[in-house]
Amino acid sequence: MAMLKVTDLNVYYGSIHAVKGVSFEVNQGEIVTLIGANGAGKSTTLNTVAGLLKPRTGGIEFEGESLVGVPAHKMVTKGIALCPEGRRVFQDLTVRENLEMGAFTRTDAESAEMRKVVYERFPRLKERRNQRAGTLSGGEQQMLAMGRALMSKPKLMMLDEPSMGLAPILVQEIFDIIKAVNEMGTTVLLVEQNASMALSIADRGYVLETGRVVKTGTGAELLVDDDVRKAYLGG
Amino acid sequence: MGFISNLINGISLGSVYAIIALGYTMVYGIAKMLNFAHGDVIMVGGYICFIAMNNLGLPPLVAVLLSIVGCTCLGIVVERLAYKPLRGAPSLAVLITAIGVSYFLQNMALLVWGADPKAFRSVLDLPSIKLFDGQLTVSPISIVTVLACVAIMVGLTLFTTRTKMGKAMRACSEDKGAAQLMGINVDTTISMVFAIGSGLAAIAGVLLCSTYPTLMPTTGSLPGIKAFTAAVIGGIGSIPGAALGGIMLGIIEIFAKAYIGTQLADAIVFAVLIVVLLIRPAGLLGKETREKV
Repeated sequence: MAMLKVTDLNVYYGSIHAVKGVSFEVNQGEIVTLIGANGAGKSTTLNTVAGLLKPRTGGIEFEGESLVGVPAHKMVTKGIALCPEGRRVFQDLTVRENLEMGAFTRTDAESAEMRKVVYERFPRLKERRNQRAGTLSGGEQQMLAMGRALMSKPKLMMLDEPSMGLAPILVQEIFDIIKAVNEMGTTVLLVEQNASMALSIADRGYVLETGRVVKTGTGAELLVDDDVRKAYLGG
Repeated sequence: MGFISNLINGISLGSVYAIIALGYTMVYGIAKMLNFAHGDVIMVGGYICFIAMNNLGLPPLVAVLLSIVGCTCLGIVVERLAYKPLRGAPSLAVLITAIGVSYFLQNMALLVWGADPKAFRSVLDLPSIKLFDGQLTVSPISIVTVLACVAIMVGLTLFTTRTKMGKAMRACSEDKGAAQLMGINVDTTISMVFAIGSGLAAIAGVLLCSTYPTLMPTTGSLPGIKAFTAAVIGGIGSIPGAALGGIMLGIIEIFAKAYIGTQLADAIVFAVLIVVLLIRPAGLLGKETREKV
């Protein structure tokens, strides 16, 4: 059974039909990616699963339980964390405080334990733990956003454009981390414009175009698919 | 001695402004709205304390606690009924609603307690302290007011920097969407900040009426506006800023009254606001706000 099952999802911004009947599944232990151009509805889909947006129609099931109507702040307790587009770390809070917020629903002991794990994975965050998050570089802020999402020990971690605005060397590092997080047992749903990177680490991918799923396959299949190559991988 | 006496009165009045301004600034910081009814909560706090002491004959300390509890509840109810339905509405709509709530509270007070000013009995029934062979008189309520202000400021600072809930408030203040993703219930957080702000308003009301013992339905209006001014001067959203702005304003007001003229005092207070905003638009301790794109 799929861990996350999205069926015929329709989301509107006022009168704009942004997501038009999107369906996809994420199985336990997988990395699944939604790729597509700007405005294809990838982030909207993710934000809807996270409860930040309400779908007009359609189903979202996580571990057999419907998530439709569950408010965003209840999602972490269900085991879902979203690392949002543009990182959105709390600039005025220190690195450590940001991580503490990530474990808001956890006990202090769990929070301290997870902080250790996160500091091990991201040594830079440990070095800068008492620094305000706003003073970090873009790459460090992305790591903080990912670390913060991990703090809740999610079963499913959703990442929205983690490579946006980062230098190529950092992009590689971020994707290595995503793989490592997945190998530790966290299921990953990844939204990316950087299709080649995303497909290279993904078990499966879905291609979105103007709010619809137009193609699906394994990461390897999509990487060599002619249409996908032409549209998203620069020929 | 006149100077020192004025300074003490100024700091004491300023401490009341600071306590009110702390409420303003906390609510603004998290809910991003100017709660213009905040001053009227002060007045309600004064009335609750007055009735508890005079009509029910309760001891002052119990009356003050009752006043705090009453105002805290009032703050939560007002937020639920008047402001929560407007979450996501344009800020002008929220502002007008706040002004409406202010009129509502004043007129309710008029209806319930009447227009006659009530002579508020100080919650602190102690003789004044005479220093320097009686040349300098300090009222105990002044001392209590200043101590209360310091305690509240320190308490709020510790709360927002040391406790999980306080940090969550700061997170909400910055990015409500991201805060929700952390599992923080934004509605609860906003309720809580209204509760804190209104509880502070009750304390301010009791202290204000103990120093200036005339209580009527409009008692809270002008101190409310001045405290708002203080919060803006200090940098709205900033806790030390509110305290600094409040105490500054209190000192300026008393000095202006003593050395320039009673009629001009309020004009001078607001002139200071204009000057500060011309030089530092974000307020003395305020942060330059980055426009979100």
